[in-house]
Amino acid sequence: MSRTLYDKLVDAHKVCDLPDGDMLIYVDFHIMNEYTSPQAFSGLDTKDLTVWRPEAHLAVVDHVNATRSQEPHDQASKLLIDNLEANCVKHGIAFYGLGDRRQGIEHVVVPEQGLVAPGMLIACGDSHTTTYGAFGALGFGIGTSEVEHVLATQTLRYKRLKTMLVEVDGHLPPGATAKDIIMKIVQVVGAGGANGYAVEFAGSAIRAQDLPGRMTICNMAVELGGRAALIAADEKAFKAAAGRAHSDMLRYDNEDWASEPDAEFDKVFQIDAAEIAPLVSWGTSPDQSIPIDGEVPSVTPEMPPKTKAALIRALDYMGLEQGQPARSIQIDSAFIGSCTNSRIEDLRAAADILRGRKVADGVDAIVVPGSALTRVQAEAEGLDRVFVEAGFDWRSESGCSMCLAMNDDIARDGERIASSTNRNFEGRQGRGARTHLMSPAMVAASAIAGRLADVRDLQRETD
Amino acid sequence: MPKIVTGLAAPLPLANVDTDVIMPKRFLITITREGLADGTFADLRFDEAGEIRSEFILNKRPWSQATILVVGDNFGCGSSREHAVWGMRQLGIDACIGTGFAGIFYDNARKNGLALPIVFSKDRDLLLQLAGRETSVEISVDIEGRVIRAEDTAIPFTMDDATRSGLINDVDDTRDTLTYADAIRAYEATLGAGMRVCVIK
Repeated sequence: MSRTLYDKLVDAHKVCDLPDGDMLIYVDFHIMNEYTSPQAFSGLDTKDLTVWRPEAHLAVVDHVNATRSQEPHDQASKLLIDNLEANCVKHGIAFYGLGDRRQGIEHVVVPEQGLVAPGMLIACGDSHTTTYGAFGALGFGIGTSEVEHVLATQTLRYKRLKTMLVEVDGHLPPGATAKDIIMKIVQVVGAGGANGYAVEFAGSAIRAQDLPGRMTICNMAVELGGRAALIAADEKAFKAAAGRAHSDMLRYDNEDWASEPDAEFDKVFQIDAAEIAPLVSWGTSPDQSIPIDGEVPSVTPEMPPKTKAALIRALDYMGLEQGQPARSIQIDSAFIGSCTNSRIEDLRAAADILRGRKVADGVDAIVVPGSALTRVQAEAEGLDRVFVEAGFDWRSESGCSMCLAMNDDIARDGERIASSTNRNFEGRQGRGARTHLMSPAMVAASAIAGRLADVRDLQRETD
Repeated sequence: MPKIVTGLAAPLPLANVDTDVIMPKRFLITITREGLADGTFADLRFDEAGEIRSEFILNKRPWSQATILVVGDNFGCGSSREHAVWGMRQLGIDACIGTGFAGIFYDNARKNGLALPIVFSKDRDLLLQLAGRETSVEISVDIEGRVIRAEDTAIPFTMDDATRSGLINDVDDTRDTLTYADAIRAYEATLGAGMRVCVIK
C-alpha cells in the first residue's frame, strides 16, 4: 500500500510494538524549556534513573524570562531558570541560557542552529513543536511525564494517528501571508477538527511558501488539534536545513520524505488560496476569525443554541458588538513576537509597513525578536531603528514574552492587543486581556491606525 | 486507579476549554507538581478580588462535591502544560466525559489517572442534562467495561486499550519502557552516522 509522509516517518522511528497496542518510537532530538521540564528531572531523581543519551537533548530558556534585560524580573522566574541550568549541568545536557548568543524561542533556535532536518523525529514539552513539519520532520508536543520518559529512554509510547490532507492551491492575493493561510485553515477545519490526526499541508500555495512561512503554517496546526503537521521535504527544505551549526552532522536519507502519489488520507480538505484575505481573529478561539474588511458575526435565527451561547460569551469577553466592522475595533497595544511570527522575515515584513510612519497615540507597541541571533541580524539591517522610530519598544532579549504572558509582559484586564501570536484564549495574554491574532504586517498596520487595520491600504500607499 | 469510578457529576458545557483556562499561567511558575488545586479553573471559580464566583457550577451545591465532569467539545486544547491535569486531579476530579479531547491533554491525563471517556454528542448532551439536575445524580464510569451508568441508562464509551490498561494497572511507563532497553539499543545500532544528534554545548 502507498504510504503517506506521516506513515513513513512513524515506520522509520518505530522501535517495537507494545503488548497493549501502542508502540515505542525513537526520538532523534528532544528540546526542553524551563517551565515544563522541572518535574521531569525530579521524576528521574525520585526513580533513581539517568538520561539515556544526554547529547540528544537541548534546553533553552524562553518562556518565563524578561525581554528587557538578562536579569530575571522576579525570584520565581529565576528559580525556574536556575533549576533548568542546574539539571542540565548535572546530566550533561546542552543549555542555551540568558546571555548565550544562541538563546531564543526554542522553535526559532532549533532551525537556526540546524538541529532539524527532513526525516527527523523531534519532541518537546511545548505544543508548538509541530513547527518542524515545515522541514518534513515529525515534531510534536508532549507533557512533562513524557519529557521524563524521553530523558530516561530516548523513546515515547505512541499511537499511530489518523491522517488528514489539507490542500491549498492557487495564488495568494496581495496582503495575505502564511499566517492568513493557517488562520483560514483553522477556520475551515475548526479548533478541534484535527484532534486525533496528523495533518499534511500540500498544494501549490503551500509549496510556494519559503521555510519561514511553512513554519508559521505548521506551528499553528496544533490550533486545529493536529498532533503532527507535515509538508513534503523539497529542495527548499533541504537548503534551509543546510549550512548551519549542526547541519553537517545530520543526514536522514533513508527515505524520500514525501507522501507517495497515490497515498490515501482519512480526511481531505481543499482550500482555494485566491479566496484568502488578510484575517483577524475576533473571538476567544483561533478558529473565530474574519477578513479585515468583514464584520464580527451576529446571532442568526437558525443558529443552534450551543453555538449562539458560545458566540455571545466570546463577544462578551471580547467587548464587541454583533455586526461590528473589524476595522472599527480600537486597540490599546500591539505585539510582534512568538514562535509563530518572530523570525527575521516577520520583522522585515512589519518594518516595511512601519518605515516612515508612527504608531498611533496611546498604543503601546512591543517587538520581541525570536532569538538573540535574529536580533543581531535585524540590528545589522537597521530594522531596530525602523521599529524604534515608529514608536515600538524594541526588546533586547528574546523569549515568548507577551504571547503567553509568563514573564512581566502581562496585559491589563480589558486591554485589547493586535498580536502576531497563535492563541486568543481567554486570559492568554493576561487576565481579561483581549487578543486579536493576525500577521506581523497586519499588527504593524493596526499599530499605526490605533485600530484593526487593513495592511493592503498601506501597501497601496507605499507602492 | 479503580476499575469503576463513581461519583457526582458536574456539567461544564463550554466548548474549547483550553489549558490556559484550566490552569492560568500565574500558577505555572513552580518546580513541583503540588499545590495546584487552587489554580484549577481559577478565573472561573474566583473573581479578580479572589472572591468565590457563586454562579460557577463547581462553587454550587451539590456540584462542589463533583468528582466527574461532563464537558464540551475539544476540552483541554492549547498548551502542553501537564499542570492542567495535575490541578484537576488535586481538585478531586477522577474522570472527564466528552466527545473528544486535545491529543496532548489526553496523553497527560492517562499518565495521571484521569479517565477521559469519549462518547457520542447525543450521549454527552444527555449526560449534561442528568448532571445538571439538582437532585444529585451519581454517575459511574466502568473503565474496564467501557460503559457509563447513570440512573437506568448505560452509555458505551471509547477508550483505546493502552490508555485503559494504563489507567487500571497504574503502571509507571518510564520504568516499564526500560524493560525494552535491548530493543532500543538494537534500534540505535541501525542508525547511520548522520542520524545521531549531538548538540553542541
